Amino acid sequence: MAELTYRDAVARGIAQEMTRDPDVVFLGEDVAKAGGVFKATVGLYEQFGPLRVRDTPISEQAILGAAMGAAMTGLKPIAEIMFSDFFAVCFDYIANEIPKSRYMSNGQLKCPLVIRTGNGAGSRFGAQHSQSVENWCMMIPGLKVVAPSSPIDVIGLLAAAVRDPDPVIFLEHKSLYATKGEVPDGEILDKLGTAKILRPGKDATIIALALMVPRALEAANRLASEHGIDCEVIDVRSLVPLDTQTILGSIAKTHHCFSVEENPRLCGWGAEIMSIVADEAFYDLDGPLVRITTPHIPLPAADILEDAILPTVDRIVERVRRTLKG
Amino acid sequence: MSQTPISAAAVNDDIGEQTRLELYRSQVNIREAEQRAFDLFLQNMVKGTSHLSLGQEAVAAGFAVAMKKGDLSFCTYRGHAHTLARGVPVEKVLGELMQRDNGLMRGKGGSMHLTSEEHGVMGSYAIIGAHLPIACGAAWRAQYKKQDDVTVCFFGDGTTNIGAFHEALNFAAVWKLPVIFVCENNFYMEYTPIGDVTAVKNPAGDRASAYGLEKIVIDGNDADVVYRAAKTAYDKARAGGGPSLIECLTYRHSGHSRADPAKYRPEGELEKWKERDPIKIYRERLKSFGIGDDVVAKIDAEVRRVVDDATEKCKAAPNPPMEILTTDVYADGGWAWRN
Ligand SMILES: Cc1ncc(C[n+]2csc(CCOP(=O)(O)OP(=O)(O)O)c2C)c(N)n1
Ligand SMILES: [Mg+2]
Repeated sequence: MAELTYRDAVARGIAQEMTRDPDVVFLGEDVAKAGGVFKATVGLYEQFGPLRVRDTPISEQAILGAAMGAAMTGLKPIAEIMFSDFFAVCFDYIANEIPKSRYMSNGQLKCPLVIRTGNGAGSRFGAQHSQSVENWCMMIPGLKVVAPSSPIDVIGLLAAAVRDPDPVIFLEHKSLYATKGEVPDGEILDKLGTAKILRPGKDATIIALALMVPRALEAANRLASEHGIDCEVIDVRSLVPLDTQTILGSIAKTHHCFSVEENPRLCGWGAEIMSIVADEAFYDLDGPLVRITTPHIPLPAADILEDAILPTVDRIVERVRRTLKG
Repeated sequence: MSQTPISAAAVNDDIGEQTRLELYRSQVNIREAEQRAFDLFLQNMVKGTSHLSLGQEAVAAGFAVAMKKGDLSFCTYRGHAHTLARGVPVEKVLGELMQRDNGLMRGKGGSMHLTSEEHGVMGSYAIIGAHLPIACGAAWRAQYKKQDDVTVCFFGDGTTNIGAFHEALNFAAVWKLPVIFVCENNFYMEYTPIGDVTAVKNPAGDRASAYGLEKIVIDGNDADVVYRAAKTAYDKARAGGGPSLIECLTYRHSGHSRADPAKYRPEGELEKWKERDPIKIYRERLKSFGIGDDVVAKIDAEVRRVVDDATEKCKAAPNPPMEILTTDVYADGGWAWRN
């Protein structure tokens, strides 16, 4: 057991998989000799050498295209797109090529790869380096989409993603890179498609993802101590496949559901989950389904402005309290 | 094969009679199948869209015949020719164009996405330029695993103006990948002449130097010229010499797609190019090497029989069954995104 940062967990997860399987290769901008702009891949180049850990030109289409071609023909590439906002310049691969080749070829082609990326706000980088783009990915049939919130989940879900035979989008939250958590020694392997109940509770279910998970947990603690409301907090972790059973099971018990989403409001992942809840658990509910999101605006750069629009602990506490106690 | 005496030129020739006959058969096979696809389109039996390579057969044939088994092809929506040239049966291609259950992908891909992994046809791509980076990845795998196959990527003149082309060329050159980029310059993107929208005269050739590559512009209507250029590039790639970019000058006899009448072309242009019809050129070539008309006629008849037979089988083939609608979205064979 050791305490590890989320950032170091990324490198450890990649190293674990590269050690296990020589077909795992890693490419991206500034990822090799420089160890990545977020220093999440430090040491991999030294450990695995220039053939397996490769710096690329600033060519996001080439990065994802090359990962796809390599995956189709027998490698298990991990490709890094530095900021998830840059998905927009290589979206053809994310939306049209990688997820559809298996279906279009009637199962002839495969595409086992992982696209890692720095996602989310909190770095005061403004509207083009701070977005939460999980909904850009979730809407595409053929992709799997994962967003861990803790170091141990980074390693376990990254390992699961690398071993998965389908393409996986792996969203690392930039504001979590410096956070720490206990991580056991030895191999760590988790399972895609599994949500985690991080705090059991009986009065309301709060579902959250990535950076919103620690905020939801803190809000739950305050709701309990300040308002006597006992919340169950679920880390969704995997948007596709989606563990609806854990979520629906929790709501059957608590009869209330709140989502905490960093993405702008329209078409956020919570909207999809809430529609499932409305459809399949309507008679379990004792109150409205409430989405706590960033408003539908681009992200501002200034710290006080950015802090004001992301869902905060205060906002979560207030919305849950108001909904349950009026 | 032929009973006709072979000339001295043919004996000392670098290509040889057997390969020439293969090149001829491949071109005729494409010509017949494409013409049939067009006829079936007019009869409303080819649905959706289709992009023919009539007039461009020598490029597909030359590059494919020079390949070894295990080499990989990446094509565009104008990819029936390249798919057929790798030995995929006509029936499978026509079946997909007719969206029948006997098609290559049982109707799930359509004419723009012909794929036959067992023949090394790693897909046909309909987003302009998308497959150039993907071809880089396939070549990277060969380089990394020290396998000696080459990857060949076909695209049009219009494709040289999209970003993915430039990203892929630079990437392949920097990583010294065993990939051959083949630009079929048929002088038009869809309906716009390439010269109207391109800053250089040779859309691929004049860009080569930007990536440290040799400018190679060849006669794409002469299968011998294409075959030789292909062999040279493959040998270089297999020897670790990195990528090549080859611009093949050619011309499509039909419109861009479907029943495009191609009215945007100046009068006389098509006729001029038809004098340089690759199949006409190649019949003369065979003759000059002493290969008899009877040999040529026999190949023509055999190909015609295969295409006729395939047409009948496709007409009789059932539609794809509903069960395949949700198969192969994910690797487990299904489409489940939740529990
Ligand atoms: C990204 C993108 N833009 C536009 C199109 C529409 N489109 C299909 S074919 C084509 C022309 C391509 O020209 P060229 O590369 O010369 O190939 P050719 O059709 O002549 O073989 C265009 C513009 C497309 N499929 N993808
Ligand atoms: Mg063209």
